[in-house]
Amino acid sequence: MDGWVCPLPLRDHPNVILGHGGGGKLSSELVEHIFLPAFRNDALQNLGDSAVVHIGGQRLAMSTDSFVVRPLFFPGGSIGELAINGTVNDLAMSGATPLYLSVGFIVEEGLPIATLGTIVERMAAAARAAGVDLVTGDTKVVDKGHGDGLYVNTTGIGLIPPGVNIAPQNARPGDVVIVSGSLGDHGMAVMSVREGLEFETQIVSDSAPLNGLVAALLNVTPHIHVLRDPTRGGAASSLNEIAKASGAGIVLEERAIPVKPAVRAACELLGMDPLYVANEGKLIAMVPREYADAVLEAMRAHVFGAEATIIGQVVESHRGVVVAKTGIGGTRVVDMQIGEQLPRIC
Amino acid sequence: MKYLEEFRDPELARRLLDDIHGIAKGQWVLMEVCGGQTHSLIRNGIDTLLPDAIELIHGPGCPVCVTPLEVIDKALRIAAQPNVTFCSFGDMLRVPGSGEDLFTVRSGGGDVRIVYSPLDAVKIARDNPAREVVFFGIGFETTAPANAMAVVQAKRLGLKNFSMLVSHVLVPPALDAIMSSPHTRVNGFLAAGHVCSVMGYWQYEPLAQRFRVPIVVTGFEPLDLLQGIRMAVRQLEEGRYEVENAYARAVTREGNVPAQKLLSEVFEVTPRKWRGIGEIPNSGWGLSSAYREFDAAIRFDVTDINTVEPAICRSGDVLQGLIKPNECPAFGKECTPRKPLGATMVSSEGACAAYYQYGRFVSLESIG
Amino acid sequence: MCLGVPGQIKDIYERDGARMGKVDFGGIIKEVCLDFVPEVMVGDYTIVHVGFAITQLDEQSAMETLALFEEMGVLEEELLAAPEVGTSDESQSPRGVT
Repeated sequence: MDGWVCPLPLRDHPNVILGHGGGGKLSSELVEHIFLPAFRNDALQNLGDSAVVHIGGQRLAMSTDSFVVRPLFFPGGSIGELAINGTVNDLAMSGATPLYLSVGFIVEEGLPIATLGTIVERMAAAARAAGVDLVTGDTKVVDKGHGDGLYVNTTGIGLIPPGVNIAPQNARPGDVVIVSGSLGDHGMAVMSVREGLEFETQIVSDSAPLNGLVAALLNVTPHIHVLRDPTRGGAASSLNEIAKASGAGIVLEERAIPVKPAVRAACELLGMDPLYVANEGKLIAMVPREYADAVLEAMRAHVFGAEATIIGQVVESHRGVVVAKTGIGGTRVVDMQIGEQLPRIC
Repeated sequence: MKYLEEFRDPELARRLLDDIHGIAKGQWVLMEVCGGQTHSLIRNGIDTLLPDAIELIHGPGCPVCVTPLEVIDKALRIAAQPNVTFCSFGDMLRVPGSGEDLFTVRSGGGDVRIVYSPLDAVKIARDNPAREVVFFGIGFETTAPANAMAVVQAKRLGLKNFSMLVSHVLVPPALDAIMSSPHTRVNGFLAAGHVCSVMGYWQYEPLAQRFRVPIVVTGFEPLDLLQGIRMAVRQLEEGRYEVENAYARAVTREGNVPAQKLLSEVFEVTPRKWRGIGEIPNSGWGLSSAYREFDAAIRFDVTDINTVEPAICRSGDVLQGLIKPNECPAFGKECTPRKPLGATMVSSEGACAAYYQYGRFVSLESIG
Repeated sequence: MCLGVPGQIKDIYERDGARMGKVDFGGIIKEVCLDFVPEVMVGDYTIVHVGFAITQLDEQSAMETLALFEEMGVLEEELLAAPEVGTSDESQSPRGVT
C-alpha cells in the first residue's frame, strides 16, 4: 500500500446545490472562490456580519440579507420579522446602531395580496420594535412556479459609536464566550412545519432585534471583542469562523450550553446537534474575563438576554479549532457544518 | 427526555469508567457494529476516556455507508426521470454514486424529497396519483419493518404509483464475514441495540460460540456504551465468549415477533453487495415475489446497472475494522466530508465522517 | 445507524387499517405506527425509529440497570470515604455542571 493515493474526488459541484446556501463550508467556499476575487476591497475583506465603511469622519456599518424561508409563516414568526431582525442584527454585531433599511420583494405570481399585506404589517411592527425606518424599496413579480411565494431582501445601515471595535478577528485567549440564551429555537420551529418532517411542538422561533441588547452591553464596556448572531449553520459555524479569523482556540463546556428541553428533544428525534441549528434572536459575545460578570448582569437585565450564560472560553491551544468538553467529561471537536444539516434518521 | 438523560449521567459514567479501568488488563479490540454507536462514542468523547489498551474499531453498521455504488447509481437514474418523485431519508442525499449525488439530481430539476418515515412516501403517492413515487428503502433490520409496512400499506391502498428501491442489509452475515477474514483484529463485538430490538439476539449465539468471540448487545447512550464495553472486557478478561444483553430495556432474546412475521412475508433473503466490502452471501433482503410489483428496480428498468466499485478506496478496510479512518493516507486530505471518496466519509454516521467531525484533533493537542 | 428515540404513548387510534398513535418525545409529539407493538397501551414508553415503534421500553429493566450503576463503586467509596459522605448525594454533585 506504499505510495497509495485515493482516486480523484468524485465530486466538485458543477451547479449550485442547496448546501451552498447552508451557512457552512460550502457557503464560505462560494464567498472565497467566486465573490471575494471579483469584488475584493478593504471593507469586504473583513467578512463580518456587516461591512464597516468610513464616510465623513463617521464609521458606517452596512449589511444585506435575503430571506427565502419556507413556509412563509412558522411558529413564532414569519419571513417579515426575520427580514427586519436579520439585517438589524447583522448591523448590531459590529456594534452599530441600526438606522435605515431598504426592502426588496420578489413575489411569485399568485401570492394572495392578503398574505403579502400580513407580512408587510409584521415587517412594519418589527421595524418599529427595532427602532429603524424602512426608507426605500422595490417589488418584482416572477412567473408562477419560479419562487416559493415570496423572497425578501433587506439592506441596512447604522452608525458605529466611537471607541467600539468589534470583529471576529478580535477574539483573544482569556476571553469568555457568552451566549445570550437558548440555542436552536428558530431552526427547530421552522423544521416542525417543514413538509415531510412535521411534528407538534410548543417551540417558537426566537426571532428578535438584538440592537437593544448590544447597546446595553456597550454601556457596560466598549471592550467587547466579538459579537456574532449564530444564524444558518448555528453556533458551531459561527464559533469556527471566529476561531479561524482570530487564530485562537475555543473550548466549550457542553453542559453549560442552554438548549430548551423541547428543542433538545426535537434534535434527538431528527438526529441533529443543537450547536448546528439556526438562531434568529441570539448572540455570541467574546469578552475579556474582567468584564464578564458585568456584561452578564447587563445581558440578563435585558428581555432578549435573560438567560445569558458563559459557555466556554478562548484559549491559546488548538488554534483555529473549536473543542467541546462533553457531558460525561470527554472531549470532541466541533467542526464547521459542511452543507445543509440533514435529518439523521437512518 | 425520560430514558435518555438518566443514561447520560456523568457521575454514573465515571463509576463505569473507573470499573473498566480497573478490570482491563489485556489489550482488547472491540468493534461497535452500529454507526449510531460510533456517532455517540465520539460525540460524547468516550474514546478519549477509555484505557489505552482498549481499542474501538467502527463496524459496518451504517446503511448509508454500505449501500453499494450500483444501487446509488440506480437511484440517481430513477430520481432524474421527470415523472418521478423520489423520497429518501436525509443523509442518503449526499452519498455520491459514480458521478453525482441526489442533491445534484435535485439541482438539475429532479423532484427529490427528504421524508422522516417511509409512510410519508406512501402518503405522497396517495396525494399525487399522477406522479410515480419511489422510496429509497435502505437500512438494516431496524428499518426493514418500517419499509415492509410501507409496501404492505401501498398494496392495501391499491396504489399503482408507489414503488421502492430496496437495498436492505443484515448484520449477522456481516459479522460472520468479518470474523472469517484471516486479518480480523476483533476480540469482541458491541452488537447493534436497535437491530436486536427487532430481531432479538438468539441469532448471535452460534457466532459467539463458533468464533469464540464475546458479543454484547449495546444501546446508544453513554452509560449504555460504557456498560457494553465493560461487559465485553469482563468476558475477555475471564476467557468467556457469550452473548450478553446490556440493553435489556429495549431488547429481548426473541426480539419483535410481529415485526419478524411481516418481514418474512414481504422480504426474502438475497446475496447483497456491501460498498467497500463486496458481496456477502445471504446478507440482504429484497422484495418477495408477492410484493415484486413494488420493486422500483424492475419498474424503472435499471436492473442493467452494474457499477464496478473503485477497488482503490480503503473504506472497505475501515468498515471491516482493518484500519482506523485516520490511518488512511487520504483521510482529511483528499478525502473530507466535503469531497468524500468513500461512503464512510459521506454519512454523518460513517466512521470516517465521525472521526473527521469529532475526533480529528484530539490526539494532536493537549486539550485536557 | 438506526436512530431510535424513547417516547411515551399519549393516544392510540386506527388509520388506513394501521394501528397509529401519538407519541410524546419530551414535548415533541409525532404520529407513529404502533402495528409492531400490539400490546402497548397509552402511558407506555416505546422506542421509535423512522416513524415506527419497534419495541416497548421495559421501564422496570431501565430502573434496574440504573440501580446497578448506582451501586457500582459504592462499596469501595464507602471504604475510602468518611462514613458521613453519602454516595447518593454524590450523584447530584455539581461535577461538570455549571
